[in-house]
Amino acid sequence: MHGTAATASLSSAFLPFQGFRGSLDSTFRLQWRKPKKAHRTLITAQIELKPPPYSLNSLEPHMSREILEYHWGKHHRGYVENLNRQIVGTELDGMTLEDIIIASYNKGDFLPSFNNAAQVWNHEFFWESMKPGGGGKPSGDLLYLIERDFGSYEKFVEEFKSAALTQFGSGWAWLAYKANRLDVGNAVNPCPSEEDKKLVVVKSPNAVNPLVWDYSPLLTIDVWEHAYYLDYQNRRADYISVFMDKLVNWEAVSYRLEIAKSLAAGREREEERRRIEEDEDRMADSEAIEMYLDSESEDSETD
Amino acid sequence: MALRSVISRKTLGSLGLGFSHARGLQTFTLPDLPYDYSALEPAISVEIMRLHHQKHHQTYITNYNKALEQLEEAMAKGDSSAVVKLQAAIKFNGGGHINHSIFWKNLIPTSEGGGEPPHGALGWAIDTHFGSFEALVKKVNAEGAALQGSGWVWLGVDKESQKLVVETTANQDPLVTKGPNLVPLLGIDVWEHAYY
Repeated sequence: MHGTAATASLSSAFLPFQGFRGSLDSTFRLQWRKPKKAHRTLITAQIELKPPPYSLNSLEPHMSREILEYHWGKHHRGYVENLNRQIVGTELDGMTLEDIIIASYNKGDFLPSFNNAAQVWNHEFFWESMKPGGGGKPSGDLLYLIERDFGSYEKFVEEFKSAALTQFGSGWAWLAYKANRLDVGNAVNPCPSEEDKKLVVVKSPNAVNPLVWDYSPLLTIDVWEHAYYLDYQNRRADYISVFMDKLVNWEAVSYRLEIAKSLAAGREREEERRRIEEDEDRMADSEAIEMYLDSESEDSETD
Repeated sequence: MALRSVISRKTLGSLGLGFSHARGLQTFTLPDLPYDYSALEPAISVEIMRLHHQKHHQTYITNYNKALEQLEEAMAKGDSSAVVKLQAAIKFNGGGHINHSIFWKNLIPTSEGGGEPPHGALGWAIDTHFGSFEALVKKVNAEGAALQGSGWVWLGVDKESQKLVVETTANQDPLVTKGPNLVPLLGIDVWEHAYY
């Protein structure tokens, strides 16, 4: 979480695959819709420009040093600087990056800070989705879920590539973990099972990301033209293929999946707890009413 | 080197094969540039002009033609959901063709007057509606820089109110999507491929 720049960089040193920014604390996501009024420090918290967890030339020849110098050094940096300028002195100042994104998304009626905030998050997530010597196939639980939810790894790759290719204009393609929940305030999924928590491929325009749909992003590819133009020009399909074959950091994706699953499980427990509490409250209320009626009723035969 | 927009007509008529109706679908081909690829240097490089014209614009045309063929089939079959589904591809690729066709004509080498401020009726209209040519440039620059993602900046005229407007559109949406009375005068491609 962004308290100060110092703690943020310390935590990233110990957790290189932090990708989905957040702790294993299951209550974190439940609180994130409310701006954090506690823990305000006197120093204005600045969102920082995090470098990729590798040097800018280490993804060559698949992604050139030159394009990373522009992409990270100009585009990503620009989003960070513009965001900090936009939020200073406002109620968004001091909030975590994710909180700023959700607040500025504003149910689709974006506040001015949305694009910059989301793009900062998206780019950090993108750098951490790649690594030198990446590519190959995923393994373990991630591979199991990919095969379960897409039929095969090859079918997943096809769907992911297609999403990346058909995102008109600027945007992103994602692999995300979706914990199905009924979208009604007080309803719960009547038949929760492992099958409801599934992997999906989604695409999004411009700065939008799956956090705003309450999904857990696991992997992303940037398909804004600036992400590939210097290396691949108009050949977006080639860029996507090379990304899949040579760049994807599957360890990071697996790690993010574990976090997503434990968050989903934690949320389920929390909702179950709340439901039980509500049921108990309702039972207690109705008992009180019955007692009231018995003492008032003259037709009572409870003697 | 004169601009010519070649429109080919494909007709599967009843070539003695007993089809019950003639099928005529107008498809499109890439218009020539009214100047060499290198003519706009150093403002726009020859590499970008070539890529922009032969790859990007051509791709929009290819996909536009494909979408039109699929639309014709869907309409003939009465397949409404296919018809509606194709609208996005038509808007995107057809819009791309429209917009880029305008774009090439908006540019001219400096040796032939490119970059000179407008005179005559247009110059007067700009001064009237924006105060000065410099003010217009400032406004167009600001709108273009502020556009998030891919899109176009336009100087247009509202046919009904007879006023000049500066507008932006997203992706390949033509100016008319911002108002049915808007006519594009000048369009600036601010997709990253236009300047990267």
